[in-house]
Amino acid sequence: MKKITSYCRITDQQVILNGKKLEISFSGDPGSARLTEIYRYLDAKYPKFHKMDNLSKAGFLASEIVLRSLDYDSETPDGSTSVVFANRSASLDDDKRFQETIDPDNYYPSPAVFVYTLPNIVTGEVAIRNKILGETSFFILKDFDAEKIHIFIEWAFSSPGINRVLCGWTEYLDDLCDVLVMMVEKESPEGMDFNTLNINQLY
Amino acid sequence: MIYKLSDNIISSLGFTTTANYQAVLEGKSGIAPGKDPAGNDIAVSRLDPGKLEETFRTVFKKKEEYTLPEQAMLLSAHIAMEEAGISASSARTCFVLSSTKGNIHLLGLPSHGFEKDRLHLWHTAGLLAGFFGNPNVPVTVSNACISGACAQIAAIQLLDQGNYDHVVVTGVDLAPDFIVSGFQSFKSLDGERCRPFDARRKGLNLGEAAATIVYGKEKKPGIALVSGSIRNDANHISGPSRTGEGLFRALKTALGNLPAGEIAFISAHGTATPYNDQMEAVAFSRAGLESTLIFSLKAQFGHTLGAAGILESVIATKALEQGLILPSSGYEQPGIEGAINVSTTLSKTDKRFCIKTLSGFGGCNAVLLFENAL
Repeated sequence: MKKITSYCRITDQQVILNGKKLEISFSGDPGSARLTEIYRYLDAKYPKFHKMDNLSKAGFLASEIVLRSLDYDSETPDGSTSVVFANRSASLDDDKRFQETIDPDNYYPSPAVFVYTLPNIVTGEVAIRNKILGETSFFILKDFDAEKIHIFIEWAFSSPGINRVLCGWTEYLDDLCDVLVMMVEKESPEGMDFNTLNINQLY
Repeated sequence: MIYKLSDNIISSLGFTTTANYQAVLEGKSGIAPGKDPAGNDIAVSRLDPGKLEETFRTVFKKKEEYTLPEQAMLLSAHIAMEEAGISASSARTCFVLSSTKGNIHLLGLPSHGFEKDRLHLWHTAGLLAGFFGNPNVPVTVSNACISGACAQIAAIQLLDQGNYDHVVVTGVDLAPDFIVSGFQSFKSLDGERCRPFDARRKGLNLGEAAATIVYGKEKKPGIALVSGSIRNDANHISGPSRTGEGLFRALKTALGNLPAGEIAFISAHGTATPYNDQMEAVAFSRAGLESTLIFSLKAQFGHTLGAAGILESVIATKALEQGLILPSSGYEQPGIEGAINVSTTLSKTDKRFCIKTLSGFGGCNAVLLFENAL
């Protein structure tokens, strides 16, 4: 039976790992500054973080917290793990930023901003950081929907050789952060049962 | 295994699969020269907005306003469903939308007059299902340039689940300033018609299109989607892997034990950027496919982003059905290190399998395996 072996919830107010609130004292305004505060708290030593857009930062941090709690080996290439995220606003947060830089006088805006105008980039960032060589997929839903998310994760498990799926909801728009990242494992003696009810409870 | 009932392509080469496929056979290209807003040369395969709007109004007789991507998407789905003769409004039918940027052009039009939600891909997907009276929540995939393959893999899953008899997979993307300027910022556009796998390739062309495939689960002779796989390079968010790791792994997973000799051809991603095409060659070679004929359709349609995986699957499977291997348009001089077998002329095949591959930003790669089933 598949189990949720670790999860992390990040909102504007707090960061929760497996039911426990992390002791991070936010001093800045909600939004990007708070993501940087979480990064400092984790002491992640991953300078690429600062180049990411807010959606990628939020998904990256939640993934980092989940994988650390499981002592995940991020140095060894891993073909048995997949990353599947979903959200409401795709990359609209970065899309707006990119749109502001487009005008005929400055027609070559930053490629570093453009590359994040795709929602699946966050799955790529997490894969790169942790050498994850399984599937990476991104789905869009009108609202958080545990039933649909459960289905998407089951699909990822149906691909040969996949034993773990790092998954969840990674929404970020206009300084509002709403993230739930879970690790679901195919054969684990510990953890919560992987079902719609539990996904809803964690959210 | 799921079975293709019908398909459609809306592109600058025509509004039906037949028109598009015929144009490909005749070596035509929809890519035309133009300028970006800064006055630089670009070459894009653009839909004619006037012709699209006129066709849309004639077919649907609707008074409401629809954006161009919506018109292309709805028209494509409608034509394919008519041909398949399926009930769009049935609870046993599910829609899947593949798009990278949907209505993103609205972001650059502050007074566009549409409701704010129109910018969201879930809204575009909801409009697709709702327009045809379908009661199910559609699946929306947005996985960069491999989205069209992901959408078809979702169709396999949906039909395997048993809740549906038919899945309508539609992809759409246009090339507004937002996208053109982004690719310009990456310096990845060729100002002339692109040359996939050629020594002189220097970048891609963008293309506008919508494409649809209707799949069913009832066994029937003809084109079947056997399997699909998605794998990541874990290498770089915008640069292809030098070892083709993700594409190699996706090929291994999708092909299983199928011998390379059974495969008629590979419809490659072939964007004509220097690194993508080289990466693909490395992956094909690692997977033992170095002598399999490959072609790219990008010099005829441009890179149609979220529609590409569906549009190119339609053309590739049409060729497979007719026992033909297409030439790779724009290719003249070998320009790839390592072994690769680029198709240079129209040739015949009696093999029953073909592969569609795609790779995209975020390090993702996808492979689809099709069979011309007896």
